[in-house]
Amino acid sequence: MNFKLKDIGPQLMTVIAVVLVFGFFTYNAQVNMENRGIDFGFGFLSQESSFDVQFSLIEYDGSHSYFRAYLVGLLNTILVSVIGIILATILGVIVGIARLSPNYLINKFAAFYVEFFRNIPLLLQIFFWYFAALRALPLPQDAEAMFGISYLTIKGLFVPAFIWQNSNIFFYSIVAAIIAIIVIRTRAKKKQETQGTQTPVLLISIGLILILPLLSFLIGGVRLSFEIPVLKQLATTSFIYEGGVSLPPELIALALSLSLYTATFIAECVRAGIQGVGKGQKEAAASIGLTPNQVLKLVVMPQALRIIIPPTTNQYLNLTKNSSLAAAIAYPDLVLVFAGTALMQTGKAIEIVSITMFTYLSLSISISLFMNWYNNKIAIQEK
Amino acid sequence: MSKINFLKPDKSNLYTFLYLGSFLFFVSVLDVLLNSFFSLNLTGFLPGFLSFLLPLILGFIGLFFIRIELSGIKQLDLLNKHINTNNFNAVLSLLIIFIILKSIPPILSWFFIDASFAGDSKDVCTGTGACWTYIKVWMRRFMYGMYPNGEQWRINLSFIALALLGSVGFFATDKFKKYLTLYYVIIYPFIAFLFIFFFISGGPVFFDFSYGIIAAILSIIIGFFIPSKLKFYYFLIIPFALYILLKYFLFYEELIELGKLDGLNWVETGAWGGLSLTFIISFFCLIFCFPIGMAFALGRRSGFPLIRYISIGFIEFWRGVPLITVLFMSAVMFPMFLPADFFIDKLVRCIIAISLFEAAYVAEVIRGGLQALPRGQYEAAKSLGMGYWRMHIFVILPQALKLVIPGIANTFLALVKDTPLIFVVGLLEIVGMLNLAKTNPEWLGFAMEGYVFAAIIFWIICYAMSKYSYTLEQKYKTDR
Repeated sequence: MNFKLKDIGPQLMTVIAVVLVFGFFTYNAQVNMENRGIDFGFGFLSQESSFDVQFSLIEYDGSHSYFRAYLVGLLNTILVSVIGIILATILGVIVGIARLSPNYLINKFAAFYVEFFRNIPLLLQIFFWYFAALRALPLPQDAEAMFGISYLTIKGLFVPAFIWQNSNIFFYSIVAAIIAIIVIRTRAKKKQETQGTQTPVLLISIGLILILPLLSFLIGGVRLSFEIPVLKQLATTSFIYEGGVSLPPELIALALSLSLYTATFIAECVRAGIQGVGKGQKEAAASIGLTPNQVLKLVVMPQALRIIIPPTTNQYLNLTKNSSLAAAIAYPDLVLVFAGTALMQTGKAIEIVSITMFTYLSLSISISLFMNWYNNKIAIQEK
Repeated sequence: MSKINFLKPDKSNLYTFLYLGSFLFFVSVLDVLLNSFFSLNLTGFLPGFLSFLLPLILGFIGLFFIRIELSGIKQLDLLNKHINTNNFNAVLSLLIIFIILKSIPPILSWFFIDASFAGDSKDVCTGTGACWTYIKVWMRRFMYGMYPNGEQWRINLSFIALALLGSVGFFATDKFKKYLTLYYVIIYPFIAFLFIFFFISGGPVFFDFSYGIIAAILSIIIGFFIPSKLKFYYFLIIPFALYILLKYFLFYEELIELGKLDGLNWVETGAWGGLSLTFIISFFCLIFCFPIGMAFALGRRSGFPLIRYISIGFIEFWRGVPLITVLFMSAVMFPMFLPADFFIDKLVRCIIAISLFEAAYVAEVIRGGLQALPRGQYEAAKSLGMGYWRMHIFVILPQALKLVIPGIANTFLALVKDTPLIFVVGLLEIVGMLNLAKTNPEWLGFAMEGYVFAAIIFWIICYAMSKYSYTLEQKYKTDR
C-alpha cells in the first residue's frame, strides 16, 4: 500500500473533528445526567405507562407498558400516512393529467389548485381544516345521515363497521385470486414473447378477483353484516354515536390536508413524466397501427412511469414525515404519544428522541428501498 | 345511424344549429348565474332533482349542437378547440363554469360585502361575513409577536436597513460588480447578524452592534487599498478580526460601563414573534444552510472514502427524520449535550437545527447539479493546472449552481413554509400568534379570518419567490 500524506491528511482531520464533537457531546451528556441523577437505559419501555390515548388501533389503556404506547403511536402514524398516500396518489394523478388536458378550463383549474395549495404552509392548512373548517360541522344530534348510514359531525366521521363471519376464508379467497392473477400474467407474457398471441389478461383478472370472493360467500359460509352507528345520549346536551367505526376529526383534518398538499407535488411529477415521453414515441406507436388506448398503455405509460416513480417516492417519504405535524392538533401519532406524553412522564429525553428519530429513519429507508426495488424492476433492461 | 346524421349540422342548417346551441348554452349559464347571484330559481316549478340537473343537460345539448368542425367563425372555432372538443370535455367545462359561478357570490360576500372593517372591538362583527376588525386589532401582534409596542421601530428600522443594504447590488457600477459576491457572502450576513441579534434584542449588548458596524465600515474602507489578489482572504478575515479587536482589546472597559448606563431596552428572544420572526428565521437559515449544504455536496462527491461516508451519513440522517423531531431534539435533547453552564438561546438553537436540516436537502440538490456537469469540464480545469478548490470555485460550482436554481428555490420555499413548526420550542411566529389570539376569551370564534389572513400572506411570499426563481433561471440559462 502506498500511503500519501496528501490523501490521508484531510480524511484524518475530518474524522478527528467528528470524533471530538461526538466525544464532547457524550462527555457532557454523561456529566449532565449524573448531575441530575438520571440514568441511561431502555428499561422504562416495559414499565406501566399510566396515561390514556384517545384513538388507538390496538387495545390500549394506562395499564399497558410504554412499549405498547410506542406501538399505538407508530400504528397511528402508519394509518394516517397510508390513507394520505392513497388519497394523494389518486388526486395527484387526476390533477396531473388534467394539467395536460387540451381543455382550457380544466387545465387552468388544475393549475390554480396546484399553485394554491402548494404555496401555503402545511401546518397552516392543518390548522385551517381542524380549527376552522371542521368546527363548522353540525353537532352529533343535528347531523344528517349521509346515504342513511354514516354521519359527519363535529366529533368525527361515524361509518358502519363490517362484521365478518369466517372472515379468514374470505381473506384466503382474495389471496388465491391474487396468486392466480400473477401466474396468469407471467404465463401470458411468456406466451406473447414466444408465440406472439395476446391473452385478455385484464378481463380474466377482473373475473377472478370478483368470482373467487363471491364463491367464498356462496360456498365457504362467509357472512357479512353491518353495524350502523346509533345516536346515544350521554347527558342532557351531550350526544355521541355508538357502534360502527368512528374516525376522529383530528385524523380527518390531518389526512385531508396531507393529501391535498402532497397531491400538488405528485401532480407536478405526473405531468413532468408524461411530458417527458417524446412526441416521436407516440407518433411511432400510432404509425404502426396501435389504437390510442394501446399507445397510452403500451408505449407512453411504461416510459412515463420510469420518470414519475423516483420523485413520487420522495413525495411519499415527505408525506410520512409530515404526518408528524399531527402533534400540533393532538392526533395521537408517534411524536405526540411517545416524544410528547411519554417523554414528559419519564424525562428520558435522549432515549425517547433517539427511538423516535430511528423509527422515522427506518420508515423512510424501508419505503425508499421498496420503491427502489420497484423502480429497478420497471427500468429499461439494457443488454 | 340516420338518427345521428339528423343531429349533425351541415351547410344548409348550420345557422339553425348555431343559434339553437348558443341559445341553450346561454340559457343554462344564465340559470345558474341568476340562481347564485340573485337566488332566483327559474326552474323552480320542476321537481327538485330535475331542476338541479336541468342547466347541465341544457348546456350539454347546447354545446353538442355548436360543436361544428371548421365552421369558419373564428370565435366559435376557438371555443370548440379549447373547451368543447368532445362530450366528456363539454361536461367537465360546464361543471367548472357552474362551480365558478356558484362559488363567486358566497366568497365575495364573506370577504367584502358582509364583512366588517370598521371599529376596534368585537361588537361590530355582527354580520355573516368575515370580521377583519379582528385582524386590524391584532395586527401588531401578528406582525411583531410580544415585542413591546414602543420598541417596534427597531424591527422596522432593521428590516429597512437590511433591505437597503441588500439592494446595493442593483446600484453597483461595473467597477464594483466583481466584489458583489464577496459582499453578499461575507459582509452582508455579518451586518445582518449584528442588526438582528444585537439591535433587535438591545440591552447592554447594543454596543456589540456598534463595534460590528464600525468594523464592517472600516474594513470596507481599508479594502479599497488592498491589492485585488489578496482581497478575498482580506474580507474573509479582517471584518471578524476588527470586531474582536474592538470588542475585547480596545475600549473594552469603557464601553461596558457605557453600555450599562445606556443603550436600548433588552427584549428577550421569547418575546419575538409574528411575521417578523418568520422573516428572521427564514433569512438566517437561508444564509447558513447554503454553504453547509455546498460543503456536504462536495464531501459526498469527494475522492476520500472517509469524508464521503461521513457526508452520506449526515445527509441521509437529516433527510430521513421529520423537522418536528429535529426541533424536539434541539429543545429537549441538545441542552443535555452541552456543558452545564453553557447556555444557547432557543432561537439560536432553532436556527441551527433548521439550517442543518435544510442543508441536507440543499446538498442533494447541489449534488444533482455537480453530477449533471460533463466530465470534460473537470478535465479541462485540471489540464489548466487548477487545484481542487480553484477548479470548484471558478469552473465547477458556477455552472452547477446555475443548473440547480429551480431545485434550490424549491428548498428555500420549503424552508419558509417550515418556519411555523417552531411552535414546538415555544416560539410563536405568525401561525403560532394566530393560535394564541384564537384562544383569547374576548375574541373567540374568528379562527377562519386569522387562517385566511396568514394563508394570503404566505401565498404571496411563496408565489413571489417561485416566480423570482423562474426569472433567475431564465436569466442564467446557457445553452450547451
